[in-house]
Amino acid sequence: MNWKRALLSTALIGAPLVALLTYGMTRDPHSIPSPLPGRDAPVFTRAVFAPGADSVLRLPVGDSVRLAAHRGEIVVVNFWASWCLACRDEHLDLSQTASAFAQKGVHFYGLLYNDQEKNGLRWISDMGGQAYPALSDPGARTAIDYGLYGVPETFVVDQRGLVARKFIGPVNALQLSALLDSLLVANQDSTRVGPANIPPDAGVTRPVVPAAAGAAKP
Amino acid sequence: MRRGLLVGVLVFVPRLHAAQSATTPATPAAATAQSVIVPPLPGVNLEFDARVKRIASRLRCPVCQGESIQDSPAELSTQMKTLVREQLANGKTETEVLDYFVAKYGQWILLEPRAEGINLLVYWLPVLFLVLGAGGLWLVVRKWTRVRPMPVASPTLQGMEATPVAVVVSE
Repeated sequence: MNWKRALLSTALIGAPLVALLTYGMTRDPHSIPSPLPGRDAPVFTRAVFAPGADSVLRLPVGDSVRLAAHRGEIVVVNFWASWCLACRDEHLDLSQTASAFAQKGVHFYGLLYNDQEKNGLRWISDMGGQAYPALSDPGARTAIDYGLYGVPETFVVDQRGLVARKFIGPVNALQLSALLDSLLVANQDSTRVGPANIPPDAGVTRPVVPAAAGAAKP
Repeated sequence: MRRGLLVGVLVFVPRLHAAQSATTPATPAAATAQSVIVPPLPGVNLEFDARVKRIASRLRCPVCQGESIQDSPAELSTQMKTLVREQLANGKTETEVLDYFVAKYGQWILLEPRAEGINLLVYWLPVLFLVLGAGGLWLVVRKWTRVRPMPVASPTLQGMEATPVAVVVSE
């Protein structure tokens, strides 16, 4: 029978094709999967251009911040720009979370992406201040090093210097606090329980920095 | 401008020594940056420009996503191209430069996927389809052009085999 054969061949060729296209519909072609989470956070040395309002996080303008020196501490790196509308949505959440976690040794830095510092400063004052320091990123070097393709993007670097998570788009206080809390707790657990809890790769490439070292830091 | 570039290149010096404090006054950056080679300006070394262009044409612009950073006028593309120039000038091979961007953005950044793993499908499926299509076509054509024996006449037409069709119709 001819129609049977036609049906069979249509099913054989068409079904996988439709399945493939249907799968394609569930994917967002604009979202770029980042290879960074779980890997070493790219180190940077960047100058402060806005000091930050929080008394703990505050740094003098002109100082340079080095990520490598924060080993043993959690660092939140937020890329933003004054021309970025979504950055307005997350600003208050970021600033408040930064203040809330400042005493726990979590550092927040805002890296200005493809913008002028004077615009950044004006934006910060328009937004009612910012708890944490803002750093300049000339030539978007650090941004490219972090595989940035838009703002805002936020990277959380854990105590071992690994990228724990990348947030694309505005973050909110709830998800950020939850992540920071879990990282802080995980670190406490690993030091309390002892070597059994240290990941297998820890001794080879990067010895786990005990929480005590972070606390002893001035 | 040049100072900005030098400071920027510091990012690629892996693992700066950990110091007592996370912050230092901004001045001593230039000391470590002395070994960085500043790439020739565009148009000075045409062979170098060609190498940059070859790499830039293979990298996808993260902003526009449908263009290479060579073709894209976006600011980020220009900055990435500057980075390609610097990395090449400082002795990285073309593969190493591409690997750097793949490490940051994933394979997505390559306009042409690498022929490895699941990507092999992209390269070999067309060949497979071509072979299957050619085979199918050959079978069909053979069927079409096969010389068939005359069909056995139906009972109603018995005895009329010799009559030309045209005559049958006209009757």
